[in-house]
Amino acid sequence: MSRRPLFLPVITAAALALLLAGCERETRGWRVAPHVPAAASRPAGSALAPGPGASTASAPAAGLPSAAASVVVPMQRIANRYEGNAYAVSQGKRWYRWYNCNGCHSNGGGGMGPALMDAQWLYGSAPAQVAASIVQGRPNGMPSFAGRIPDEHVWQLVAYVRSMSGLVRADVAPGRSDSLSPGWEPETRREPATPRNAPPPTAPASG
Amino acid sequence: MQDVLHSAGVQAGHILDLWRLMLGVCAVVFAAVLLAFLWAVLRAPRAGRDTSPDLSALQHNEPRLLRRVAWATALSTLLLFGLVGASVWTDRALAQLPLHGALHVRVTAHQWWWDLQYDDAEPSRIFTTANELHVPVGRPVILTLLSDDVIHSFWVPSLAGKKDLIPGRTAQLQFRADRAGTYRGQCAEFCGAQHARMAFRVIAEEPAAYEAWAARQRQPAAPPADALRQRGQQLFLAGTCVMCHNVGGTDATGRRAPDLTHLGSRQTLAAGTLPNAPEPLAAWIRDPQSHKPGTNMPGHDYSPEDMQALVAWLRGLE
Repeated sequence: MSRRPLFLPVITAAALALLLAGCERETRGWRVAPHVPAAASRPAGSALAPGPGASTASAPAAGLPSAAASVVVPMQRIANRYEGNAYAVSQGKRWYRWYNCNGCHSNGGGGMGPALMDAQWLYGSAPAQVAASIVQGRPNGMPSFAGRIPDEHVWQLVAYVRSMSGLVRADVAPGRSDSLSPGWEPETRREPATPRNAPPPTAPASG
Repeated sequence: MQDVLHSAGVQAGHILDLWRLMLGVCAVVFAAVLLAFLWAVLRAPRAGRDTSPDLSALQHNEPRLLRRVAWATALSTLLLFGLVGASVWTDRALAQLPLHGALHVRVTAHQWWWDLQYDDAEPSRIFTTANELHVPVGRPVILTLLSDDVIHSFWVPSLAGKKDLIPGRTAQLQFRADRAGTYRGQCAEFCGAQHARMAFRVIAEEPAAYEAWAARQRQPAAPPADALRQRGQQLFLAGTCVMCHNVGGTDATGRRAPDLTHLGSRQTLAAGTLPNAPEPLAAWIRDPQSHKPGTNMPGHDYSPEDMQALVAWLRGLE
């Protein structure tokens, strides 16, 4: 009898607290600037034309992550403010298709270009290093997108690329596209999987 | 401009007839129910200021209760079946639009604009435009409806019913504009932050005027005539614009954003968000997020001189 009146208020308060915790968990910033030092968003030049960021840009071409990391320590301190934001990361996924990244890197599994969903990073996995790869380009085929992709899109792309190998929180990373489902059309994939010709290859799980 | 009650085509006319029938039937039923209610209220026993109510009428049952309820139920059922029949009949009428010599347009909805590709048996005569559907008066139009991202719905109230555009699916919508004019259309399925600013215009014009318009649309963009426009074109081709936009006759071949080959001839910008004039165009390029928050177009902070050149070139694409 003494515990009974407490029960309902406690449950109500707990439910309210749970509900309120969901409020404003994340906002869509339409105009959140990437807010990165200019040197990081446009790390200059190549070995032929070294710019102000030459010391960071001259990482060995085929360097292992550890080797590259020792050269570019300052870049690793630059945080990407889009990485905690599901909307920004999903926009990065949109740009990934729009700017034809999938033309070479496929859906992250790699093709003409290296895979992005594995743990290997030729030029470092820090956000600023990935941004530098996009903006400057890299030897053996990665073109430079300097002046072609706005800064905010570059950094949203960086967040998405890092999410593919699980470097971004799982509740922020976008889901797999419908087009990757093994079914013939998105809505048919719930039917029992009876392959018509050959069993489709098991798709690798994305980060 | 966007009015279900003023149909400008045979399809919208059928829908309007059905709507009027339903309105009439429902109005009569509504009035009858209200009258019955009023009658019940008036004949109910009531007390005066000092006297108690006369409840003698409640002592015996309502006469012929079962028969009255049966009649009312039968009448309601009959009316509802009548409306179902009218609905089916309207649907049949909509499907029987003669489609001989129809114009084929492929409509792809994007967040938040409309991509319109005019199909033709001869590939060189295919052309693309955005957010402004020109159709000849009196000729049926077959729209093939596709979506690039989420579910949208194509609706021109004055010309036809609405039809959803579902990703991964192909839908069809037929209509015919019987009266020349400009009719507003609107996305009718919530599709994200800027669903409300996903409008388009259907411009129905005489066949000769339509053919002249289509012939102009098939032409590539004219080369810039003066130094200012040349500078504008260089800015466009050297920057981020070319990653998404297409301008026929130039190196800009992006397919992710509205085709700008004949931007100057269109009435609005950004799917009906802004009028197509130099100042709104410059404002849109400088900061699209303040006009249409969430749009995928990034802002570009050009210097005033550069912006003037760019706008001059874009406005000249007619």
